[in-house]
Amino acid sequence: MNMKKYLLPSIRITLVFTVILCVLYPLFISFAAKLSKGQGSGEKLELNGKVVGYKQLGQSFNKPQYFWGRPSAVNYNAAGSGGSNKGPTNADYLKEVNNRVDTLLKYHHGLQKSDIPAELITASGSGLDPNISVEGAKIQAKRIAQYRQIPLSKVMKLIDVQTEQPLLGLFGPSKINVLSLNIALDQISK
Amino acid sequence: MQTEILGIIATFALTLLIGIPLGSYMAKVFAGQRVWTNVLAPLEKLIYKLSGINPAEQMDWKQHLKAMLTINALWLVYGFFVLINQDKLPLNPDGNPAMSPHLAFNTIISFVVNCNLQHYSGESGVSYLVQHFILMFLHFVSAATGMAIAISFFKAFKEKTTAKLGNFWQHFTLSITRILLPIAVVVALILAFNGVPASYEGKDQIVSLQGDSVSISRGPAAPMVAIKHLGTNGGGWFGANSAHPLENPNYLTNMTEAIAQMIIPIAMVIAFGLFIGRKKLAWSIFGVMTVGFLLLLLPTLQSELGGNPNIAKMGITQTTGAMEGKEVRFGPAASAYWSTITTVVSTGSVNSMHDSTMPLTGLYQLLAMMINAIYGGCGVGLLNYFVYLVIAVFIAGLMVGRTPEFLGHKLEAREVKIAALVTLISPFLIMCGTALAAYTFTQYGQAPWEVAPSAWLNNPSFHGFSEMLYEVTSSNANNGSGFEGLGDNNTFWNVLTGFVLLFGRFIPIIGPLAIAGLLAKKKYIPESAGTLQIDTKTFALMTFTIIVILNALSYFPALALGPIAEYFTIIK
Repeated sequence: MNMKKYLLPSIRITLVFTVILCVLYPLFISFAAKLSKGQGSGEKLELNGKVVGYKQLGQSFNKPQYFWGRPSAVNYNAAGSGGSNKGPTNADYLKEVNNRVDTLLKYHHGLQKSDIPAELITASGSGLDPNISVEGAKIQAKRIAQYRQIPLSKVMKLIDVQTEQPLLGLFGPSKINVLSLNIALDQISK
Repeated sequence: MQTEILGIIATFALTLLIGIPLGSYMAKVFAGQRVWTNVLAPLEKLIYKLSGINPAEQMDWKQHLKAMLTINALWLVYGFFVLINQDKLPLNPDGNPAMSPHLAFNTIISFVVNCNLQHYSGESGVSYLVQHFILMFLHFVSAATGMAIAISFFKAFKEKTTAKLGNFWQHFTLSITRILLPIAVVVALILAFNGVPASYEGKDQIVSLQGDSVSISRGPAAPMVAIKHLGTNGGGWFGANSAHPLENPNYLTNMTEAIAQMIIPIAMVIAFGLFIGRKKLAWSIFGVMTVGFLLLLLPTLQSELGGNPNIAKMGITQTTGAMEGKEVRFGPAASAYWSTITTVVSTGSVNSMHDSTMPLTGLYQLLAMMINAIYGGCGVGLLNYFVYLVIAVFIAGLMVGRTPEFLGHKLEAREVKIAALVTLISPFLIMCGTALAAYTFTQYGQAPWEVAPSAWLNNPSFHGFSEMLYEVTSSNANNGSGFEGLGDNNTFWNVLTGFVLLFGRFIPIIGPLAIAGLLAKKKYIPESAGTLQIDTKTFALMTFTIIVILNALSYFPALALGPIAEYFTIIK
């Protein structure tokens, strides 16, 4: 095999495409993204002029005055990401899920097991899921209202306002961004 | 719930609406006909000139393979050295360390062969330089390699008798400049404007609302996430891949990424039919593939939307379906849909964790990768399907007692032997690889390695076996998704899957192109009343049956030990 015949063009075409694909293409996207909401670095949310998080990234909430997000296999450490990778028949895993059910029942008086939405007792794929379902927020409303001593109706209204509808009202689930709901909560009652 | 189902119907409809016209565009590009992107011709001329290539020089099938193997070998060597030295190179704002040699061995093979099995996590395992100059570069060029060979394959059947299959470098260049790059720019912009980061800043430090200090990995992910789908690569920027909120922030980006990974494999089938002037054949191939796709998708949806029976037993209703390892913004329906498309088209990116899906879902994911020709990877999916076609023609020929012919060329012992060999290599690699792993796990569980084999698995029993089976199957199919609970970053798995990846990629490329090249040189026999028609419904059914029988015979025992056995524990 005539090495030179194939090797030289291989090296040269690799160099040419390196310039196009690894320098020009990403730089173009990077500059264009400066025009987007987060200027290409991720959209941030603020409270009283201070950055308190990224809109897309879930945070750990375990204090009683906040809405809680989903269980996370990486404890919401955004320097990494990942799911539990537990299989559906794993006995240890099922025990863990059962414990989460018990914890929810303990902190929410009058809550029925059948009202607990699945996402509140299962870990997300990324470990950074920013969302819960609307039901997931509603079952926590009473706890929040009691703890913050504000009327339940006010909390429920906030959930309504913060509900994100499906894409174009047609596609995908509706959901709640936990961080932005909690920021809104802090804004009405500290 | 209804909006979730509507969402996946819309996604598939848009995929076809984009994929099919893209196919006729691609057929024109490959044939050198007038298309609006001809404005790029001066850029291509410049690329040829700088690379010292004469695009008019015709190559036969052997020369194509030599060029393809040379440039792939170059990328392997070059990439390996960059990976083990990334800590000393620039563009590493987070100060990530160098890769161990066995991890670099696995990673570079995995990206060169368009698989993108990732035994590292993007946040802590690679620098921005490696992400762009090695991994994203390989996203483009490995897809273009598959497409370039597919174009040579098309050319073998366009002319009646020919040894000239075009120019590898030209096919490679056009695949990037006319197809991959322009679409990638559009996809990357959609992603960037929906929140996927695109700037080069390193980790951010913030104090959360509750008062915890958090560091946040970022980086220019948008350009890479676009091509990782378009090129059916799947290797993501972040560890959690497209389940990560910065890699796939909302339902629109999820649809975009899902569509992007399907359009080129579908377009390839359409382009093949138009290019060789046999539209009917293309539609019959497309029909068989789509039936196979739906047969995998519908039961997957049923299994995921039903939720986990073990959690139902606790008294939890799971109204939308199983949620472990899934993201709320996509929901179980879009996650199930994604798990099917990513395993049929060999992308291997995930928007939910496959390890946590229901047992039967795991079965369908495995089957999709074992068949590996339902749409299939960029360029190579069609080549895999061609091997099934050859076997089907051969068996049909035996049944009617005639010398089998394929598109006007006699199919003889040599071609059939190659096809048989390619068909056998997959079960051989998958079975032997899994058997070796299972044997090591049971017999040498306490071996004094960096990770003792007994600590590999994240789940006990049948599911644990499925983790090993999935890893080897995914490597052979060049898919790259995983049952990620498997502890795979150690010498055993890095080396084992590294070799499976190499054979699983190059044999199914070399084989079909060799058959095509050999057939194309033979005398053309005009069709007569006695010719076996391969574009009929009967023959489509025949091919479908061959695909089912071959795969059932090869894989049923292994599947019975993993997902099927697990399923029976859950329904009792």
